[in-house]
Amino acid sequence: MNEADIDLPETRIVPVASWGGIDLREVFEYRDLLYFMIWRGLKVQYAQSIGGLAWALIQPAMQIILFAVVFGGLLGLDADGRNYFLLVTLAVIPWSYMSSTLDGTSQCLVTNSALMAKVYFPRATFLLIQVFGNLVPFLVSQVITIAVMFYYQVPLTSQIFLLPVVLLLMMLVPLSIGVWLASLAIRFRDFRIAMGMVMRMLIYTVPVMYQSDKIPDDLRQWYILNPFVGVIEGFRACFLGYDYPIQWDSLLTSAVITSVLLISGSVYFRRMERVIVDVI
Amino acid sequence: MKALKVENVSKLYRLGNSTDLDDTSANPVVRLLKRPLNNLRKYRSLYRFSDEELNSSESRKDILWALNDVSFEVDSGEVIGLVGANGAGKSTLLKVISRITPPTRGICTTRGRLSCLIEVGTGFHPELTGRENIYMSSTILGMRKREVDAKFDEIVDFSGVEKFIDTPVKRYSSGMAVRLAFAVMAHLEPEILVVDEVLAVGDVEFQRKCLNKMSNVGKDGKTVLFVSHNMAAITRLCDRGFLMKGGRIIQDGSAADIVHSHVTAGSLTTSWREWLDIAEAPGDDSVRLRRVGIVTESGVAAGMINAHDQIGIQMVFDVLEEGQVLNPYVTVISETGIDLFSSIDADKRYESEFRKPGRYTVTAWVPKGLLAAGTHYVRAVMRSVKRQYRPFTERDVISFNVLDPEGEAIGAGWWEGRPGGVIRPSLNWTTEYISAEMLIEGQL
Ligand SMILES: Nc1ncnc2c1ncn2[C@@H]1O[C@H](COP(=O)(O)OP(=O)(O)OP(=O)(O)O)[C@@H](O)[C@H]1O
Ligand SMILES: [Mg+2]
Repeated sequence: MNEADIDLPETRIVPVASWGGIDLREVFEYRDLLYFMIWRGLKVQYAQSIGGLAWALIQPAMQIILFAVVFGGLLGLDADGRNYFLLVTLAVIPWSYMSSTLDGTSQCLVTNSALMAKVYFPRATFLLIQVFGNLVPFLVSQVITIAVMFYYQVPLTSQIFLLPVVLLLMMLVPLSIGVWLASLAIRFRDFRIAMGMVMRMLIYTVPVMYQSDKIPDDLRQWYILNPFVGVIEGFRACFLGYDYPIQWDSLLTSAVITSVLLISGSVYFRRMERVIVDVI
Repeated sequence: MKALKVENVSKLYRLGNSTDLDDTSANPVVRLLKRPLNNLRKYRSLYRFSDEELNSSESRKDILWALNDVSFEVDSGEVIGLVGANGAGKSTLLKVISRITPPTRGICTTRGRLSCLIEVGTGFHPELTGRENIYMSSTILGMRKREVDAKFDEIVDFSGVEKFIDTPVKRYSSGMAVRLAFAVMAHLEPEILVVDEVLAVGDVEFQRKCLNKMSNVGKDGKTVLFVSHNMAAITRLCDRGFLMKGGRIIQDGSAADIVHSHVTAGSLTTSWREWLDIAEAPGDDSVRLRRVGIVTESGVAAGMINAHDQIGIQMVFDVLEEGQVLNPYVTVISETGIDLFSSIDADKRYESEFRKPGRYTVTAWVPKGLLAAGTHYVRAVMRSVKRQYRPFTERDVISFNVLDPEGEAIGAGWWEGRPGGVIRPSLNWTTEYISAEMLIEGQL
């Protein structure tokens, strides 16, 4: 026996997963796979279309214009003296990321079950593909943010330094819900149908086309339990500066709820990822 | 050192959707309302079992022990062949070992990296180019990017699709795609390789190239677990074999022994076929086929044949009515479906004469050292001089395996350059030699 053999890592395969969350070390070992899978997803999604990555601009741009015309123009939603177009832009962009990530993560185990029946790799990779893969169109769509900021000559303030925290939260919020939904989708097959509907309604529960000041004060404590609220308010605050102060209550609530969901969800995910092959 | 340790592993599956049947309420509205609840229970029941079910040792109509208390150990560098009938649990065992599905009971321990080949082209996507798919598939199967970088040229070379490497795989012929996928598989470098019947596709020459590459994997000290229905491949590649039946390993021994047990168990090859009930026997009122079998010179039936032994193809038929000129004949068909040769009973007496009622046993002797290694099928036909009259034509009525002991002795390295062809007659070779000096003299 040569030296190398002695060091080989041992893998123990046991019936029930020990209690614990997702094995991040293992996911890290498969980082090359994560990279190629993200790349494959983007290539398959965008390479064939003539517009290519430009679609990552067109989609949110259309939505912003639609909201601005319908809600800002026709319905004349009051922007409290703020620029409605700017408010909508700064909400639609993080919202697009969060909704497509939530949608992708919640389906990731069910849609990839055929692959999972053929080969083993950490199943959490599927979640991360969504979280990181959707960042690419998100980053591309920053062109819109920058353009709008320039156009309206909005000065940046020190609140922009909160951006890394808000971005991290923006990635974790849909992940923390998606990790639960992905595991539950194994048993609740109707999720797939229900998700589209829920996603369309979800947009009304977050301050995308309105401002959260519209929510009565005594309801706000309930309103901010929706973890998406904190991210959208945070994103606006980063760019709009002192005109739009940071709402610490929603940001912290969002962080706490997300952590709880993420930790509990990854425990459940770890249990369900093993049985999915037998169930599908 | 043990590369793989499997301790009392069992795997329980639920069959059917039992909860659908449980629903006895007659009211269709109630049934409809209860449907979602039942669905929930149904999916849960697929992976949760009651204690009573877990304690049952035998499969029942609703549960199946796909693996039943399987234990074994494999040394590093061993090449194991897994043999067994359909549904014996071979794929399930591989899936447990490669962590695709968890065991219901028991523990597996694997040492080192493991790659599992269950289908050809895992991770391939038609929109991606050959190059991209090589990276995609290799990383899915457990390689790191820098390892693929180092092997990339070798993989492309092996696949023989250099010219198309930057073309999307959807524009490949299916054969090319398979070759590329195999090339990826052949260049994986895990400590343990688990292979499930993937070699059943691809053209024969390419299959051989892959088998050869795989046997080198074994020689490198890699551990291989290999499922195949191709007995010739098992004997050539594997040192050791497991015979599986009903979720258990019923025999653990040398590959040759395992193949022999499997073949003679009749689960794969029938080298002997007999019709006891004359009414069911092939034929008509004037002649019936009663038996077809492979015999050796000593007269015994055999399913595994050494390429250097003489064998006979024996037909037994009953003539029931006089009045036909009957000529039995046999055709031997190769594994790949080629008719190798046909031979008709050359007995002068019966060329034009009617056969009298009674039982005839005819044996066609196949010359020694004619057949190539592999499975052969036999077609048994009864012909008559009367045109259009064929009392019976029995296709693939029996089959037998020819083993090539030389191929084994000379070793795997030899059969990359193995002479092709569907038969392998041992020919007499003669040599004439003229020394170099003589040649020069002759020129002068
Ligand atoms: N997900 C599943 N749910 C229920 N039963 C299953 C499932 N997967 C496999 N089985 C059953 O387990 C048994 C063993 O299957 P397995 O695929 O291991 O057989 P095998 O030995 O590989 O056969 P083959 O030679 O046909 O490939 C079969 O009876 C099969 O029906
Ligand atoms: Mg199988």
